[in-house]
Amino acid sequence: MRNFILGVGLLIAASAVHAEDKPILTVMTYDSFVSDWGPGPQIEERFEALCDCDLNFVAAGDGAALLAKLKLEGARGDADVVLGLDTNLTAEATATGLFATHGIGEAVLDLPVEWSDQTFLPYDWGYFAFVHNADMVDVPGDMKALGASDATIIIQDPRSSTPGLGLLMWVKAAYGDEAPAVWEALADNVVTVTPGWSEAYGLFLEGEADMVLSYTTSPAYHLIAEDDNSKMAAAFSEGHYLQVEVGGILKSSDQPVLAEEFLAFMVSEGFQSVIPTTNWMYPAVTPEAGLPEGFDSLIEVDKALLFSAEDARAIRGDALDEWLTALSQ
Amino acid sequence: MADRAQPIGPGGVAGIAAAVAIPFLILLTTGAIVWVSESGAGLAPSDWAAIRFTLSQAALSALFSVVLAVPVARALARQRFPGRGVLVTLLGAPFLLPVIVAVFGLLAVFGRAGIVNAALSFVGLPEVSIYGLHGVVLAHVFFNLPLATRLILQGWQDIPAERYRLAASLGMTARAVNRHLERPMLWQVLPGAALVIFVLCTTSFAVALILGGGPRATTVELAIYQALRFEFDLTRAAFLSLIQLGMTAALALLAYRLVRNTGFDPGLDRRVMRWDGGKGILPYLDGVLIAAVTVFLLLPILAVVFRGAPEIAGLPSQVWASALRSVVVALVSTVLVTVLALTMALAVVRLGRHGGWVETAGLLAVAASPLVLGTGLFVLIHPWANPEGLALPVTILVNAVVTLPFALRAIVPAYRAVEADFGRLADSLGMTGWVRLRLVVLPRLRRPLGFSAGLAAALSMGDLGVIALFADPDAATLPLQIYRLMGSYRMDEASGAAVLLLGLSFALFWVFDRGARGAEV
Repeated sequence: MRNFILGVGLLIAASAVHAEDKPILTVMTYDSFVSDWGPGPQIEERFEALCDCDLNFVAAGDGAALLAKLKLEGARGDADVVLGLDTNLTAEATATGLFATHGIGEAVLDLPVEWSDQTFLPYDWGYFAFVHNADMVDVPGDMKALGASDATIIIQDPRSSTPGLGLLMWVKAAYGDEAPAVWEALADNVVTVTPGWSEAYGLFLEGEADMVLSYTTSPAYHLIAEDDNSKMAAAFSEGHYLQVEVGGILKSSDQPVLAEEFLAFMVSEGFQSVIPTTNWMYPAVTPEAGLPEGFDSLIEVDKALLFSAEDARAIRGDALDEWLTALSQ
Repeated sequence: MADRAQPIGPGGVAGIAAAVAIPFLILLTTGAIVWVSESGAGLAPSDWAAIRFTLSQAALSALFSVVLAVPVARALARQRFPGRGVLVTLLGAPFLLPVIVAVFGLLAVFGRAGIVNAALSFVGLPEVSIYGLHGVVLAHVFFNLPLATRLILQGWQDIPAERYRLAASLGMTARAVNRHLERPMLWQVLPGAALVIFVLCTTSFAVALILGGGPRATTVELAIYQALRFEFDLTRAAFLSLIQLGMTAALALLAYRLVRNTGFDPGLDRRVMRWDGGKGILPYLDGVLIAAVTVFLLLPILAVVFRGAPEIAGLPSQVWASALRSVVVALVSTVLVTVLALTMALAVVRLGRHGGWVETAGLLAVAASPLVLGTGLFVLIHPWANPEGLALPVTILVNAVVTLPFALRAIVPAYRAVEADFGRLADSLGMTGWVRLRLVVLPRLRRPLGFSAGLAAALSMGDLGVIALFADPDAATLPLQIYRLMGSYRMDEASGAAVLLLGLSFALFWVFDRGARGAEV
């Protein structure tokens, strides 16, 4: 019994360690952002050097699961800032009424699209793509060819993951009413559907499938971080869907000033220069030194697909039902 | 029994209160689910697919487990060899094995980079994937083949020794023994064994969470989890919970009616001699079979241990913190379930022939799946507080309720026996209340108390169900931590943490079970 009390005491002590005098800014984000090789550690170090605060990242699954968690917590949550929603979710997130305006005004951004949202501010962007090994033969050139092929793929669940939702929108944007048929053809290629991007990419690297849904920028990671040119992104002729990842401030934040400082930092050199080689996405503001070497070898996207935030919100429910129906048969 | 002049006493009152509280909790959570769910929405095609998958994977798992278990149980029944007793005991071990550890082991053996696929590609055969229906069934067979073997072996052991003696004196061959003794027994045992496994597989959440892939391999419980965690759709989660509840309740009732004893007249309990197992190639066939099953069960565990053991020393601090959290959860849950079971047993005994309902109330928990209970509690808590903040207390409570039937099964009969043997003597000495409990009852209940506490601790330690539903990023238990490490592709740390979980689960069981036996003398 004494050991048990000791254990409980230790547990309480462990949770009390956080309580320092500095103000704490809690940033909720997706899993891979805070992993050891993700942007989290460097960004924490750089922001804490500026703010005299304690930056605390909380990982809550993949991007789309963040929104479910926010709805669950309502105004009761501890988070001040949320990083990792994308334009397919921002309209739904705004409608929850949980977010405040970012207060940055018109930031100067290097995005392939215009940006005027006053609630959410972009920090990076990229194009979804299927990534495969360079030695793969008969790489499909579009969704229909992929559906007709024997290639195995790993995708993410559109309910929990922003890449998963992105693929849903990609098929819908390219094929419209034909989308259910495209999904039916793709269904037998799908090895498994993971809750998040990390799980899917991990399984692909473990050799569980020929292709994985990721980004045109993913091969840059292998090229730059691992000096390995064996991974490639397949260029699809119908175009690639664009993802713009955003941050936003919660109304319930007890550190609104600090949160605004963080969002300003988010579109500054200190944050943006970390993004290309840790989050492996295009930065929302191109760093002074330009993009790192290796990014020039990536496939160029001729045709970018993107629904407006409002359209994406309107389409999501039906597209999800089509997806669930096609893949559950 | 009615002559027992013992007052109900505070312990008995507590037991009655517990017996009322358990069905109340189940009714309350069900009520909350009914309140929130909207039946008007009906079942979407994907819901039907989830129901279909739940039933078909459970049916396949039950079928394979039982069909494979028959020859294994038969081999174990008719062969005697050194280590047989240990092997039969080990067949009970998967019950204590944390699901996530087993799945990790199965991935190491049957995954793309595993031993089996390496062998397949070596001989030029196509590789197999463990995700989806076959992976879920494989994992369920891994867990339930030993259970089926033990149930069927029990059937064999219930055939009285005299029958074999008679069969041998009539010069029956193995085939004739099979027709006249074994087959009739199997027809009685198999349906019950298959149904028990079927019910277990319809409520197995963690296996489907990790190995199920996509809408095609989603069970109803996984769909509940997705509705709650992915979409935060309480209405849908509640509606799916009702479906799951209806399914489990119907199946549990069916199982209750179908599981009977074998119906052989008792023999003289003499040592069973098998004359039919030693001729020709039979011993060798049996030997190969037993060896194959042993390898199938041990290989995944050994794979985890070999990969994970060297990693334990380097595990990051958050893994140790979650291990500590898990041990605390397991211990509190164990104390809770032990107090519940003991006071309920006390009430059963003191109420005499009016006490049957108390035990039945506790056994009701069998019909409630942890995830459905969890969803109900989630719905009840959400208007008042953030459910994530209560993840650990809810886990403790649900684990205690779910393990209560096992504890009651162990403690109530033993308590009855103590009162039957020593009750009159204690009465004549005027021993009542706490003195009676301390001096007469508790010393004689050590063994069942220790066993059920060990079981509760190990099950609670390895649980990955409710905690996933309530998941708090800052307060993960060890199984949840392992799931997250696997998700973020930190396989070395995940394997180390899996070995830690394996060790802690078995250590907790051992400490309670052995501790109680050791103190007995």
